Amino acid sequence: MTDDRISRFEARREALAKLSDEELKARFWELTNRVVEPIVDLARSHTSPSIERSVLLRMGIDSVSSQGVVKRIHDAGLLGKGAGHVVLKVSRKTGADVRAAAQAILDDRTVLDGLFQAGSEGRK
Amino acid sequence: MTKPTPPNQKLDIEKILEGLESYHPPRKGWTWRDVPEGGVDMGPFHFRDMSKPLERSIGLPASKYFDHIDPQPSCVVTTEIASGRFEDDLRRMRMAAWHGADHIMVIRTTGQSHIDGLLEGTPEGIGGVPITRKQIRASRKACDEIEKEVGRPINFHSYVSGVAGPEVAVLFAEEGINGAHQDPQYNVLYRNVNMYRSFVDAAEAKRVMAGARIFQIDGAHNANATAKAGWLVMPELMVQHGFNCAFSVAVGMDKDLIGLSTVPPNAPPAPKLWYDLPYAVALRDFFSDFKMRAQQNTRYIEADIEEAVRTHTVDTLISMLTRADIQSTITPDEGRNVPWHYNNIRGVQTVKQTWAALDGIKELLTLNHDGPLGEMVRDLKERAVAFLEEVLEVGGYFAAVEKGFFVDSAKYPERSGDGIARDGNGGVGAGSLVARDADYLAPVCDHFGTNHVPVNAEKPCDPIDGCTLCCPEKIVFIDELDPEDNCNRRLEKTLPYRKGNAIRPEAEWAGDGTVLVQLFVPENEEIAPVYAVEMAKKMGLVDPEVINTMVLHPAEGCFVEVKGKVAFDIDRTTLKIPEKEVILPEQELRDAVKAVGLKVVAGTVGEDEHSVGLREILDIKHGGIEKYGVKYHYLGTSVPIGKLVDAAIETGAHAILISTIISHNDVHRAQMRKLAELCREKGIRDRIVLVAGGTQVNRDMAKETGLDATFGRGTKGIHVVNAMVKALRTRGAV
Repeated sequence: MTDDRISRFEARREALAKLSDEELKARFWELTNRVVEPIVDLARSHTSPSIERSVLLRMGIDSVSSQGVVKRIHDAGLLGKGAGHVVLKVSRKTGADVRAAAQAILDDRTVLDGLFQAGSEGRK
Repeated sequence: MTKPTPPNQKLDIEKILEGLESYHPPRKGWTWRDVPEGGVDMGPFHFRDMSKPLERSIGLPASKYFDHIDPQPSCVVTTEIASGRFEDDLRRMRMAAWHGADHIMVIRTTGQSHIDGLLEGTPEGIGGVPITRKQIRASRKACDEIEKEVGRPINFHSYVSGVAGPEVAVLFAEEGINGAHQDPQYNVLYRNVNMYRSFVDAAEAKRVMAGARIFQIDGAHNANATAKAGWLVMPELMVQHGFNCAFSVAVGMDKDLIGLSTVPPNAPPAPKLWYDLPYAVALRDFFSDFKMRAQQNTRYIEADIEEAVRTHTVDTLISMLTRADIQSTITPDEGRNVPWHYNNIRGVQTVKQTWAALDGIKELLTLNHDGPLGEMVRDLKERAVAFLEEVLEVGGYFAAVEKGFFVDSAKYPERSGDGIARDGNGGVGAGSLVARDADYLAPVCDHFGTNHVPVNAEKPCDPIDGCTLCCPEKIVFIDELDPEDNCNRRLEKTLPYRKGNAIRPEAEWAGDGTVLVQLFVPENEEIAPVYAVEMAKKMGLVDPEVINTMVLHPAEGCFVEVKGKVAFDIDRTTLKIPEKEVILPEQELRDAVKAVGLKVVAGTVGEDEHSVGLREILDIKHGGIEKYGVKYHYLGTSVPIGKLVDAAIETGAHAILISTIISHNDVHRAQMRKLAELCREKGIRDRIVLVAGGTQVNRDMAKETGLDATFGRGTKGIHVVNAMVKALRTRGAV
């Protein structure tokens, strides 16, 4: 196995030796970008509790409340909508501001019930 | 805008902590130094690779011989300050800035990277500082003050790593942090954060950083601090740098805000240059579009301060021979304790001194790429590209991590099998990622990835009428969560040392009492440190601990450094501080000497044949009184007092200068008294100035012996002229 790896390295080396310095540099970046590309796609299409808490922070919700709110939303299976999205929906539904909506989610988990039923606003 | 603290006043920490709830940083983003195109003229010299000098600073010790110039390197200079109590670090930041640091990095407290969320308040840290909104605001506010003092912007820096990366990035963007470490590979390899979570979080964090123009430093250099043979992992290091750079660009960072954290991986007694130079060149070739943050070696730093400084000098040389946009410094005591105040300054001085000495080195020397250097550079590059090819062959980055590709201590393609392998389904935060739904929305700015912002919105945060990045007044400030573990409690305890009259030495924290005793013990390595601890105990030091032992000879003895704590205070008001003698301007002295035609008689008195000191005070060659126009009549050595007084009367001298070295039985004092008495007897005391000097003489002796001025070691001619002119002025003779 190891010998195999080394012999493949030798073969690679032989091919790379034919490249100019500029070509070698271009090859480095071409390969690097190729490795990174699928990771960027993963990031584009996924989210995490920390990302969602960071969204709530930017919405003016304090760090302690953000923890609880994201947990509630996660437990309700709604994190894929975006925590900020959920808070905004509650805010619009209850007429409360964003901070009060976050507090409402902490106080009463039922405010999340039926929030994203078909026909509700916001789907684009 | 508040005025900067005057140089003769301590930073008022309590005042900095006032009004933090409404503090917002006056400026955001990274700042480079102001580097004049045609170089910088300072004192008698022209510098080629320097930035604009500071308005206030403290130069190297030898700068007094060079018009007190303090040349500042063209690159940003970093110091790392994190004692666990940020309120004590603020004073160290000020000291470091006065010596030339403009990038202040705060290491986080142990374990913060595993905390899934933000910390608040100001709890005490271990090995670093808990990074919180309050801590950042206070530190940034202190930097605002300090930069006004020194006249150069200060970049404040911390770390966006761990499982709360996006939140930390938002905190940093909101609070005006200027630079931050961010590298998802660091989390995976060294913090065992789940690999998918680490990269997904990193994309968001990097986008937020980009929005606030926060300069990014990667974490690749940890591989040579971790690998058993740090100098062998160089091809891998290039690959790690490449991933973070490419990923950062892909998520929206500007290349000029992306820095490679790179360390010369080897250290003497290894032939350092043969490893570190080709690596530095290869890296700068491949990463020509990115910035270089050159760090100094930590892998091979031991307890010996001077050894560290010497290695760091060579590290800085390598930066200068290649390229460094930021030169980081490592406190040279890092191998033996949490850095002490003055070792931050030493680190900065190492860079400042090397940079001044080697200013413009590239105009004098060029690297010889034709010889072995070129071959070694090419070899590293080919190995790095081959490494990448193998990563793709096994299925990409995550697969390569699972197979232990990284931090293997062998030189690629060889493997020692000691690489850090991580399971894709394991680690902190495993399974926590969620796929974004088709209607995913995050109504905030600087958000990365799929986001279904309403089509009519101009900014993503329009649906909430502005996010905290656009409207800072929306930020929620939490003061303290813990009523006991906070800076207010700590500051109460240190108040006597900061604002009262109590004095204790300190290494890290106000009033910590830490001192270091250095000694040579003529005993072997087993005995010497044990002796040093006993000695320190008898000296009254608390908790003595040997932090360095260097064998000078197996039998003849060791150099030992022992630290301990001083357990007592001294009241400032009980100290007798000698009044500072103000020296009149040279020209004023010359004018006064000329006006009276100042003449003196001089000699050594008693049975004293020593004349070197007196000759130095007299002769023009040594900068003596002759240089200022004084005429002297030198009567020689062992001159009787009576003869001196008679000579003074005869020649119409204005002053008598005596020198006396011998001090047994207080003979020097007796001679001085005799001089004053004899002059009184002869009735000339009112018109003659009497001065005495000698190694056992000090300034306080004038009063007790009835002379006008007395001088000890280190006295120069100008001091004597100054004293004579002042005495003559008091009498109205000038």
